[in-house]
Amino acid sequence: MKIAVCIKRVPDMESRFKIAASGTAIDETGLKYDISDFDAYAVEVALQINEKAGAGETTVICLGPDAVQETIRKALSMGAEKGVQLRADAVPADSLAIARALAAELKDGGYELILFGKHALDTMTGGAGTMAAELLGLPCLTAASRLEVTGARATARRELEGAAELLEFPLPAVVTIDEGIARPRYPSLKGIMAAKKKPLDVKPAQLGSVRVSVEKMELPAERPPGRIVGTGPDAVPELVRLLQTEAKVL
Amino acid sequence: MTTDFFDIDSALSEEERAVRDSVRRFVDERVLPIIGQHYIDGHFPLELVPELGKLGVFGANLPEEYGCAGLNNVAYGLIMQELERGDSGVRSFASVQGALAMYPIYAFGSEEQKRRYLPKMAAGEIIGCFGLTEPDYGSNPSGMITMARRQADGTWILNGAKMWITNGSTAQIAVVWAKTDGDPEDKSIRGFIVPRGTRGFTSKDQKGKLSLRASDTSELVFQDVHLPADALLPESGGLKSPLMCLTQARYGIAWGAVGAAMACYEEALSYAKTRVMFDKPIAGFQIQQVRLAEMLTEIVKGQLVSLHLGRLKDAGRYTPQQVSLAKRNNVSMATDIAREARRLLGANGILAEYAAMRHMANLESVYTYEGTHDVHSLILGQAVTGINAFK
Repeated sequence: MKIAVCIKRVPDMESRFKIAASGTAIDETGLKYDISDFDAYAVEVALQINEKAGAGETTVICLGPDAVQETIRKALSMGAEKGVQLRADAVPADSLAIARALAAELKDGGYELILFGKHALDTMTGGAGTMAAELLGLPCLTAASRLEVTGARATARRELEGAAELLEFPLPAVVTIDEGIARPRYPSLKGIMAAKKKPLDVKPAQLGSVRVSVEKMELPAERPPGRIVGTGPDAVPELVRLLQTEAKVL
Repeated sequence: MTTDFFDIDSALSEEERAVRDSVRRFVDERVLPIIGQHYIDGHFPLELVPELGKLGVFGANLPEEYGCAGLNNVAYGLIMQELERGDSGVRSFASVQGALAMYPIYAFGSEEQKRRYLPKMAAGEIIGCFGLTEPDYGSNPSGMITMARRQADGTWILNGAKMWITNGSTAQIAVVWAKTDGDPEDKSIRGFIVPRGTRGFTSKDQKGKLSLRASDTSELVFQDVHLPADALLPESGGLKSPLMCLTQARYGIAWGAVGAAMACYEEALSYAKTRVMFDKPIAGFQIQQVRLAEMLTEIVKGQLVSLHLGRLKDAGRYTPQQVSLAKRNNVSMATDIAREARRLLGANGILAEYAAMRHMANLESVYTYEGTHDVHSLILGQAVTGINAFK
């Protein structure tokens, strides 16, 4: 099956972030980057579908500056066959512009299944997948926790609050992937070596007009230090009073 | 990682970083959660071997045509670093499999032997061990008494015993070094592939270890073991052959020890920042800051030694004496850091829940094997003075 997986390069979310001098982005100095977790799950799902079928081709598509080639090669080292970089100086804050560039690349690719992570770990907008589906006129299903393909149709499971739903839909389709669906494999060392020889096309990203931009980025306010109001049962009335009057949580 | 204080990542290629990161994730997810218990139980985590084979760590710097990953030596070193960040026993397994069992087959074996063994060993389907050290001949392997005698039909009869053999009871094949045809000189030493199950070949687990507990260490006994002619590694000849294998393994150990030191430092740093004593984290006390500063400094030096040695090896310009310096320095450094980390952790530092004391005890073996610290001192002494102090 011909599958496309749209992935994003994101900073290690355990980093200590600083705001860049521009005030509209994070300071990238010293940050480590990797494929966004949900996108790695999506790559794994694609590889498993094709492995089960015994044939197929997985193409990973990533929008961004040349640094994203490393992220694409990571997916290639996991086993994807082809990579495409949609070159842009930066990833815009406008999900529709991203979706437009991805849809332009996807529309003539002949993909039977298009996967996204349910959202990127850094921006968490979750818009690109659904918007790309709309632009392509394809059925779309979000946050799948299970996905099975049978011929030209597929079924997926979505986790709800206290329940789950099973959905059925025709292919081609766009599916965004939730966690728990598959554990991404370790890129094997042979896979890492092989990835260097796999095709990686670089094309300009057709973003169109970008209408949303970041005006200001700020870190959460520092939490005030904790306070010990007393010890033992004697402290309880004062603690309850403060939780009611100051913290306002009771 | 906070141990990359000199941005050594920027001196690595994308591919080298990718290899390191993949093995790092494997160690974090698959080794660290289980290794403490294996250490207590005195078991090597054999269940990891197929996964390590699939990942491609065994003989990773040997060519792709034999089923190996074909990595450069820096990437290979980074694998050893990450594995030993998990445990010296796990790294020892990979060192023995790759540098001491696969490498001699690759370097001294026939084409038939290479094709027969290397792909399966790379996949972890065949485990190998390396028999050089004997009960009475450790630092002085040239004195070995294990003997192989060629028979009239070209086959061999092997007699002798080997000791301190990592993977000795687990391995399906042993690469055994023996003198040949009654010649007591070390120039007669040749290598043989001895499969498990060959009549007269037995192994026995060495009990009572207080170090490398998550590793199989065994004694091998060969009593009139009849080997076919093609058990011989045809290109092996003289003590130089096993010493070439040791140089490969020692190179990996120089990297591995840095990994153990990194694990201890990271643990000590994290503990110091969260452990509160006298109303503040102990990281706020000067004595612990000095400890951490010393540890970090030595780790950075060790990292740079390993990396530069790897670049020299990749350029084909390294010497065994440089490997001796790196092994000697880095293992000694890691041994000291493990002990300091254990001390920083206070009473908690003696628990298997923390890694420091496990590394500390492991590193005493690493300090002693593959050329003791003292032997490497004499190798360096000879290199700089021109005078052989061994004799």
